[in-house]
Amino acid sequence: MLNLVRETIVSYAFIERNFNLLKRYLSWEILFFSYSIVNALTIGLIMVGRGSSEDVLYLVIGALIWGFLSVMMREVSDAITWERWEGTIEYTFMAPIYRITHLVGSCLFAILYGLLRTALVLAIMPLFFGEHIDLSNANWLTLVVTVLISSLSFIGIGLMAAIFPLLSPEKGQAATGIIQSMLLLVSGIYYEIEVLPAWLQPISQISPATYTLRSIRAAMLENASVESQIGNLSLLLVIGILLIPLGFWVFHLGEKYAKRVGRLKRSG
Amino acid sequence: MEQPIYGLTVRGVTKHFQRTKRTTDKPRFHQKLQHIFRREKEVIRAVDDISLEVNIGEIYGILGANGSGKSTLIRLISTLLLPDAGSIQVFGDDVVTNSLKVRQVMNRVSVEASFFKRLSSEENLIYAARLYGIPAPEAERKSKQILERLGFDADRMNEEMEHLSRGMQQKVAIARALLTTPMLLLLDEPTTGLDPKSKRDVQAFIEEIRQERNAVIVLTTHDMAEAERLCDKIAIIDKGRFIAEGTVEDLIANAPSQNGVPATLEDVFIALTGKGIEEED
Repeated sequence: MLNLVRETIVSYAFIERNFNLLKRYLSWEILFFSYSIVNALTIGLIMVGRGSSEDVLYLVIGALIWGFLSVMMREVSDAITWERWEGTIEYTFMAPIYRITHLVGSCLFAILYGLLRTALVLAIMPLFFGEHIDLSNANWLTLVVTVLISSLSFIGIGLMAAIFPLLSPEKGQAATGIIQSMLLLVSGIYYEIEVLPAWLQPISQISPATYTLRSIRAAMLENASVESQIGNLSLLLVIGILLIPLGFWVFHLGEKYAKRVGRLKRSG
Repeated sequence: MEQPIYGLTVRGVTKHFQRTKRTTDKPRFHQKLQHIFRREKEVIRAVDDISLEVNIGEIYGILGANGSGKSTLIRLISTLLLPDAGSIQVFGDDVVTNSLKVRQVMNRVSVEASFFKRLSSEENLIYAARLYGIPAPEAERKSKQILERLGFDADRMNEEMEHLSRGMQQKVAIARALLTTPMLLLLDEPTTGLDPKSKRDVQAFIEEIRQERNAVIVLTTHDMAEAERLCDKIAIIDKGRFIAEGTVEDLIANAPSQNGVPATLEDVFIALTGKGIEEED
């Protein structure tokens, strides 16, 4: 039987390891963090002088939430890429742990890291935008609930994306990037999905980012309560509940394939 | 009658891989085009119908040239590859159907000391230990003990792995494997590329483990002297097949002496494989 206490302690190994790696690559982190700030600023500034403060915040929220979701998705997949590069994946796969423990540990780190980075960027935004970023009307509870529920879906997508680096670290990163850009296109990050060509709009209906953005914008711009977003959040929850087991199943198939054809080794 | 339970039992294990066919001729333009759309594959018999049994407390050596199938066999035992045919049991448990239980009692040192290079040896070892449910303080204490016995300066445990020499990294790799007190220890060329001092330290430590514990050790090596010194039984592997197996004395006894000079293990290897141990398959 799955010993929950032991597995939770074991999953902490991945969180601790990734934070240790983050400390060692601090200069890279500062670089990525600066890029996130510049990205949010560049996008937000498009509307300064052209639209209302609400329009500025609309774009900034898009940039921040997309930053959070893509960081989270990328971290899950990068955890595998990294291990493939270093050759440690064979040791992790040889350890007496359930794969779910391994992947949940990586996902928890991704959520914590994504939240930390996004919160820091958000805290800096008012320094640049002044009165354009008015967060006094925001409903923070709706924001937190939406972020937590949407994390499930993005972890599911991240798990599916993680099989690409498992099979090939070089091509895998590119494949993860393609999935991310597809989601960016169809999910209404910087525009309403109604402006998409009609044939693309059905795809945006199955993207969890569409519903995440909808509820977060409602919370930040209109002080929407959790109750008012219940329909949207329920859909998001259903997508998450479907995507997580699907993600594990796809990863399991990828692992089995890698063990059959010998893709786990780096050399030797 | 009940079958005895060995530490490790491998029966008729086979593993084939497919790879794109190599050609020595310079391809013509139309052949290059054809190659883009349809790559010709060839089957590599990495491990071909191998069987072995290792008793508890025994060191079993596998001698073979590069590419002869040693590491593939170790990966099959380590649950990192799925066999195409045959079965592998560790203390009676099948490595495919009962892999979680098998992984609890097993660990491996490979020729490549794979670590997170920017983390210190201490951070790497604590991470590895946590995966086996060992708390950080215990992991720290045990790693210090093992590393000191291996002649590794414990004060350097906080240095990033990339600043350590190959020999030191390999000692950390051995500590990682022994931290978990494995009953089955797979040593895949643990001393390849080490300087003579580090090599001696590692070999002495393997002997100590054999004396202290009733573990099952499988050691693959290129080094004849190492195999003679450490192994109770040796198998010679060539093109994925075991072509001889026995104690050092058995293997040498079956080889003809040359001009009255008794044969060495290297003579046996050359006589059986038709090549030197450093040549690739």
